[in-house]
Amino acid sequence: MKSTEMTCILCPMGCRLMVTQDGDKIRVEGNSCARGQKYGVQELTNPERVVTSSIRVMGGQMPLCPVKTKGQVPKSSIDEVLHAIRASKAIAPVKLGQVLLANVAGTGVDIVATANRNAV
Amino acid sequence: MMKYDVVVIGGGPAGLAAAIEAKKGAPEQRVLILERDQALGGILQQCIHNGFGLHYFKEELTGPEYAERFIEQLDGSGIEVFTDTMVLELSKDRRVLAVSREHGLIEIEAGAVVLAMGCRERTRGALNIPGARPAGVFTAGCAQRLVNMEGYLPGRRVVVLGSGDIGLIMARRMTWSGATVALVAELMPYSSGLNRNIVQCLTDNNIPLKFNHTVTQIHGRERLSGVTVAEVDPMTRKPIPGSEQMIECDTLLLSVGLIPENELTQGAGISISPITSGALVDERRETDIEGIFACGNVLHVHDLVDNVSEEATIAGRAAADYVKQGALSGPIAQVRTGRGVRYAVPQRVHAGGEGKLDLYFRVDNAYRGMRVQLRSGDQLLLDRKKQIMTPGEMEKITIDASKVTGDLELMLAEG
Repeated sequence: MKSTEMTCILCPMGCRLMVTQDGDKIRVEGNSCARGQKYGVQELTNPERVVTSSIRVMGGQMPLCPVKTKGQVPKSSIDEVLHAIRASKAIAPVKLGQVLLANVAGTGVDIVATANRNAV
Repeated sequence: MMKYDVVVIGGGPAGLAAAIEAKKGAPEQRVLILERDQALGGILQQCIHNGFGLHYFKEELTGPEYAERFIEQLDGSGIEVFTDTMVLELSKDRRVLAVSREHGLIEIEAGAVVLAMGCRERTRGALNIPGARPAGVFTAGCAQRLVNMEGYLPGRRVVVLGSGDIGLIMARRMTWSGATVALVAELMPYSSGLNRNIVQCLTDNNIPLKFNHTVTQIHGRERLSGVTVAEVDPMTRKPIPGSEQMIECDTLLLSVGLIPENELTQGAGISISPITSGALVDERRETDIEGIFACGNVLHVHDLVDNVSEEATIAGRAAADYVKQGALSGPIAQVRTGRGVRYAVPQRVHAGGEGKLDLYFRVDNAYRGMRVQLRSGDQLLLDRKKQIMTPGEMEKITIDASKVTGDLELMLAEG
């Protein structure tokens, strides 16, 4: 049996949840609504985040371009995703939505530009 | 002398939405945005994290993406934009004096003006933290620009003072950029930041957060070498002797409040609220000088850009209407605040209006299970229970504008 304490982030209530895993069964306590139940289970079994950062741009008017993972990636992969972004470069011009790194860190999720960057 | 129907000062989220809405309301009018930066988008350009737009666009966007949704609407709209242009002075009769490399010194006669200059961060000087004056003390927003747009890391070992959203976001950004955040210290017994940011910025990255703590001393000669952090008495907010603790760091980030940037507003003689530090406005966001409107963070500091866009839409439409139809007449009702309500915007409303009327307000403390009540004389116009209200989250109530016949009072009451 494994118990984890966490704060639900879905609304300003910020319920303190106690999520307990007992074999296949997961019990969520402290939530005030059904969404909190779902959040507790998700956070315990497969927490995911959108990762945002900036990537170096070669030949651009600005040195960096903001980027994000196009969808959520496992929380445990965040360090690898950030490392992959830091290790690469984009070439200007960059268009908002353009894929700059496909399947980043083997997550199956692409890194896309979140702004336009003109060439010099 | 240049002539425009609507001149919008500031090309951030408020200015963009106001200009677009003014043009939509009156396509024949000439609309101009004046922006001091080289690019449009304001502070959204450096807010590269996501979480914007959930209310306004019903999807989750990063700051630059949110800004682009508006910037792309300028193309072919006929709205003119002067970037790299600094407004120096605004007069009561709506003459705008500005300067830019491209246009030189220019004077613009405006049919209506929308103030959308945003806000600026409180600095160390505003806090009077004693100690030396070494390098390494930054406002959180300044560090955000350096990391996210310029590509510089301001330091390696960081203490953040203040747990508002910008402080939380920057604690994560510094960690994600390879720095170590030793502590986030918060003077108050609660954070004004969103739960989501406390969890996803601090807890996710094992960054400690201490409530009732502040920085009492800054150490270092050339570069910051550390800060003294002390616990404060929750009642007096004064440091408790003996609780001081030295934390080694080379960087202190300050996230200690935002102040609406109203030098131009005051120069024009517009009345400012001592509570919001923004102009006093009516339901169309018109200030007490005819034909000058205000919206966004220059009017009151918002926590969600979605609310800024909505407010700017009101001001932009009203500015275009003013150019067409002139001032609105009729009796005016004051919006007063009672128990538990720190401020409400707008501060006055034309009686007998049409459609829906939104009132935005902030409470003065964290409240659970209280009722929000809006009264007009003996009449109760609205009575709604709220599970939770905190000073960090702006609240909104909506009533029928036609119900406003006299002064209003907004207050909290026991559940």
